[in-house]
Amino acid sequence: MAGRGRGRGKTVSFDVQALGFGRGEALPAANFQPPPLFPTQEFKPIPLDQNEDNAYLLALKQEFVAAIRKSPYYLKLDDRKRDIERYSDKYQLSSTDSSEAFEPDWRRLPSELKIKKRKNRKVSAIKPNLVARKKNAVKTEPDIDEKEIAKTLESLEKREETGVVDGEEMIGVKIEQEDDDDDENKAGGDDDNEEDIEGEYYDEDDLEEETDYAFNYFDNGEAYGDDDGDDDEGPVY
Amino acid sequence: MSKCRTYLCKAVLKEHFGDLAEKICLYMINKGCCHLRQIASETELPLDKVRKVLTALIQQNVIKFEKTKRGVVEYFVDIDVLLWRHRIPKFIHCAKSLYGDAAELLVEDIVYHGQIMMSKAVDNVTSKLNEALENAGHQKIGSSIVHDKFSLLAGSHFIRQCINGMETSEEELDERDQSTLYRVPPLHSTGKRKRSIDDSEQPAKRQKTDAPGDDGIYWKINSRRFHQYFRDQMFIKAISNRIDKRASTILQTMLRLSEVKTDDLCFTTQPLSFTEIFQAIPLDAGITRNLCEQYLTLMVDDSTNLVSKIGESGGGMFVVNIMKGLTSLCKAHLESVVQERFGSKSLRIFKVLLLKEHLEQKQIEEMAMIPSKEAKELLYNMFAQKFVSVTEISKTADHAPARTFYFFRVHMDQLARNILENCYKALANAMVKREAETIEHQ
Repeated sequence: MAGRGRGRGKTVSFDVQALGFGRGEALPAANFQPPPLFPTQEFKPIPLDQNEDNAYLLALKQEFVAAIRKSPYYLKLDDRKRDIERYSDKYQLSSTDSSEAFEPDWRRLPSELKIKKRKNRKVSAIKPNLVARKKNAVKTEPDIDEKEIAKTLESLEKREETGVVDGEEMIGVKIEQEDDDDDENKAGGDDDNEEDIEGEYYDEDDLEEETDYAFNYFDNGEAYGDDDGDDDEGPVY
Repeated sequence: MSKCRTYLCKAVLKEHFGDLAEKICLYMINKGCCHLRQIASETELPLDKVRKVLTALIQQNVIKFEKTKRGVVEYFVDIDVLLWRHRIPKFIHCAKSLYGDAAELLVEDIVYHGQIMMSKAVDNVTSKLNEALENAGHQKIGSSIVHDKFSLLAGSHFIRQCINGMETSEEELDERDQSTLYRVPPLHSTGKRKRSIDDSEQPAKRQKTDAPGDDGIYWKINSRRFHQYFRDQMFIKAISNRIDKRASTILQTMLRLSEVKTDDLCFTTQPLSFTEIFQAIPLDAGITRNLCEQYLTLMVDDSTNLVSKIGESGGGMFVVNIMKGLTSLCKAHLESVVQERFGSKSLRIFKVLLLKEHLEQKQIEEMAMIPSKEAKELLYNMFAQKFVSVTEISKTADHAPARTFYFFRVHMDQLARNILENCYKALANAMVKREAETIEHQ
């Protein structure tokens, strides 16, 4: 804006007389309101041309719109807020659907627009399905359980048989080991100390494992975003 | 797209296709090309409902689809087709006035279905006509009469075949294909006729399984051809108002000769020689050779420039300047809008501006011969409503108001667009108001 700051003291920066205001005449107050929504009309519009042709066109239009409103091409949003779900709702659905009459030629349309014919089946099949599922659930669970129980029992039986044998063997081994221990105990009295040391050593091991864990899972955040940046930085060597 | 236009689209969609279609299409208008899933997820509507709307509106030619290179189908709203639905009564009326009742019913049926096979449309119309005729106590007519009307409509390009969007797109068609779009298949293909006679033992069964002879060929109305016709009628009326009836007859002949030959969007028609024009003028118009020559010169010299002479061969070659004609019609419309909104004194200023293009305030006052104060008021009023614009030309670089020329001028394109917007808004407002009134008084 050129001339800014030059006309200090005046409301406008140019000669007001050029706009048709006399010298000393007050300028109209600034208007801060939006223009009226329905401005008063200075000139009334001329009345509509009411000839025969226009009357016929109007009749045609009304007839056409009335026809297309009843046609299958007129689609309602149809999601009135219902207070409760009524039992009769699902039966009304098919009767009010006027678009059933419209059968498009699928050779001329993308196949993805085709509505699969499961809609009606869905409505009628919901309830039986649920019941069947429940029944199935009731039926199948014991079946599985029985089978599984039988299986597990069998395997347990087998395991017990073998386990008993194992146990006997292990007990045998243990006895031998104890014998060895006894021999060692007899051999030297420092064994207890050694065991203590061993115990301490194990404790240290545990500690080390703990610190390992801490090391393994410590994330200082340096690696963060490396994956994203790969594309920009080129191959990693 | 402008706000008013979207607003109008919304009103039209609601009136013609219901609120479900309104919701989906409005989303599509705001978005442009969309995928099926995108529409469903963004509008939060069940997929099947979206499918239903898309199929119905593709059938009505309002929605178009296109397969992208990646194999995804994209859908978009053809806004022009949507807004042209206001002209449907005019289309129907035009068919009636040109070709009679059967053609009227045919166009009505085709528009109602959007796209329809010829055999079906002819059947529908024949049964409708026969019903009316029976009620009036007349004899029934055969479907061949209706078929003749159908051929007439197609022959003058008022209806055309639809392109199968799954196979070809509109742009791929070359000129040769364009002409095949208006070819009418026979009502009963001869081959089929013979066969059905041969198999006369089981005709009922055959008829049911047999597809009609024009299976897969769908027809729709050719709105552009209708627009061309309306445009020509406007020219003829304008010339008849400006010069006289005979001049309009000559112009009508010229337009008729080039009607189907020239593309509807070109600036000038094909050149026509004087002999050609003179021979085509109906004899009962009473126009002699000499008279015709004089009228043509008169039209060429006229300030609207609707007709111009482009050569001397064949007794003179003439073209109709469609673009210039439309411009002068548009100008006349704008002038009448100014007259009705601001009064005749403002129109005087407006006309002076149109004539001289750039004018300073002082010059306007002088040329329109209106006292200074009044002229300023009228001019600023028009300026406030954007009918007149101002160009600033400064003598110095600082653009000081005292040393600047303020030229007033009329931007025709801009003003025409503004007025079109106003029309959209007025139309949409009227539709919304009517809807509200009907709900209230139901």
